[in-house]
Amino acid sequence: MAARRSPRVVGLVLACTVLVLVVVTSLAVGTRSIPFGTVVRSFTDFNGSTDHMIVRELRLPRTMIGVLVGSALGVAGALMQAVTRNPLADPGLLGVSAGASFAVVLAIFVLGIGSLSAYVWFALAGAAATSVAVFALGSIGRGGANPVRLALAGAALSALLGSCTSAVVLLDRQTLDQYRFWVVGSLSGRDMAIVGQAAPFLLVGLLLAFALGRPLNALALGEDAARALGTRVGLTRLATVLAVTLLAGAATAACGPVAFIGLTVPHLARLACGADQRWLLPFSAALGPVMLLSCDILGRVIARPAEVQVGIMTAVVGGPIFVALVRRARMAPL
Amino acid sequence: MIGALRWRGISVRLERRMVIASLLLASLLVVVGCWSISVGDFPIRITEVVRTLIGRGTSSSEFIVGTLRLPRVLTGAMVGAAFGVSGAIFQSLARNPLGSPDVIGFTFGSALGAVLVIVAVEGASSVAVSAGAVAGGLLTALVVFLCAWRRGVQAHRLVLVGIGVGYAVAALTNYLLTQANISDAQRASVWLTGSLNGRSWEHVRPVGAGLFVLLPLAMWMGRSLRLLELGDDTAAALGVRLGRARFGIVVVGVGLAALATASAGPVAFVALMAPPIARRIVHAPGITIVPTALVGALLTVSADLMARRMLAPLELPVGIFTAVLGAPYLLWLLTRETRMGAL
Repeated sequence: MAARRSPRVVGLVLACTVLVLVVVTSLAVGTRSIPFGTVVRSFTDFNGSTDHMIVRELRLPRTMIGVLVGSALGVAGALMQAVTRNPLADPGLLGVSAGASFAVVLAIFVLGIGSLSAYVWFALAGAAATSVAVFALGSIGRGGANPVRLALAGAALSALLGSCTSAVVLLDRQTLDQYRFWVVGSLSGRDMAIVGQAAPFLLVGLLLAFALGRPLNALALGEDAARALGTRVGLTRLATVLAVTLLAGAATAACGPVAFIGLTVPHLARLACGADQRWLLPFSAALGPVMLLSCDILGRVIARPAEVQVGIMTAVVGGPIFVALVRRARMAPL
Repeated sequence: MIGALRWRGISVRLERRMVIASLLLASLLVVVGCWSISVGDFPIRITEVVRTLIGRGTSSSEFIVGTLRLPRVLTGAMVGAAFGVSGAIFQSLARNPLGSPDVIGFTFGSALGAVLVIVAVEGASSVAVSAGAVAGGLLTALVVFLCAWRRGVQAHRLVLVGIGVGYAVAALTNYLLTQANISDAQRASVWLTGSLNGRSWEHVRPVGAGLFVLLPLAMWMGRSLRLLELGDDTAAALGVRLGRARFGIVVVGVGLAALATASAGPVAFVALMAPPIARRIVHAPGITIVPTALVGALLTVSADLMARRMLAPLELPVGIFTAVLGAPYLLWLLTRETRMGAL
């Protein structure tokens, strides 16, 4: 056991080290080149110069959101794939991003709201309402929530809300014009207020998720085996859905729907540590922000002085990497 | 009761529930089709519609029915059938209830192709947009299939490669949409939703001819698909040549999706939802081609009727209403379900 465990510990430490490096790079690199010494001094010895302001007011909140949202999406994806036992599941399957998108579109269209920090509450409310509806619809009927029914209910409700969203967007050009920039997913323009809005939900969600490793492992053996091992199946599913809602809902609220991270990070983590949820969840939490922040940094650098949104970069950069890994490795089954 | 049709070594198994369900769906499709033809800015009575369809109408109803409304309904029905069957094929192939032509990246690729044409070519014709869509979709599907090929294609690897490539392509589409001017973006969003506005006989002929070839092929391949659902080893032991069978199935599935996308844009929801609805109506354990095609057709034609009449005279794209109609129905079916199917 110890022999099998130690490579995982090394792997996790390695992932965390990479994460720290990426965070430092994210603070140091951007549209405006600022010497590394100045970046360090902006924390130790803040003097209010433009460079210091950029690091403290723009890059720091952006990096913090990147870390939080990356972890949240990675973990939410792993939870979702475990509870639906479907490798195609992502947090969006619970209707979280469809619900958040629809709420944001309504906020733009009906109330004429245009500020990012106001979107946060609408997106959160939309995400929560939708995932409650999906779980309820997936659980009605004999036998309670089962993976297939949950997945289909989520897909159907997401499609329904997506249609409503496109109906509004097609009818009103002004809404489309604002919505198309929100929907790609971006870390830019997020300030400390948004960090403060999203962080409590994300932290609670992460804690809840890490507590779920053991029961989810049991659930992977099948419902009957899990029951025989003393797992409360219904409660586990409910808690998982709650955690996904908190994590993915707050993440979507903070930076728009970034679908790719939640889908692929768990697969990458599974390559590194196998299917044991107790390891998979921390690995996903570490690899999610590595991927999100590296893509964000790339997006800032390649199109200077403009930037490419992180939602686009994750998929464009992450897609080929993901394909290469899938081709090379024997995929660990769920 | 199970019966069978036999003719010179070809035999078709007929299950009573499937036959009855198919007949009911087909008659419902005809009724909704006629209703859809009868309503519009210039209403025509149903009896007049039927008389016109059998060739005994007045010249004015002949024009409205024959030139304006019938081709639209036919295109809708055929597009829906093609998407439905294509979705069923990919769900069965991927052994995943969330499968659709997306599994192989087709829909994402076709969206990128179409949006690229809309953004890059000033005032592109709809034929050019369709051509771009089909080219993009086929190219993406080819890339996915080649990337997933490693001494044969495993279903699991195909799905994951499809996700990777598909999302990368979709992100490029989103990027193009943020870079485009707002009227191009608007035109692209209409196309991306899927629309049947202004369809005429030029749209009916290609999709009809394609369906005429591909639908029997799909039914013929249904057997090996059902065997593949049992797992690779079992299927191989039962005489399925895995690589060849899978390649053929993918070609037919992609062909159907390409036809439908070229005619109406990606009416995404039909491919996803028609198969599980059909499966639950028929109570079949595996893939069922004919009921799925009928459910897809019925879903699309009824959605188009709603799209035309809901905010008349404003015509909304049909893609909005396929989900509005189909999703609640599927949800209702799910809540009533007592025993879950394997897929």
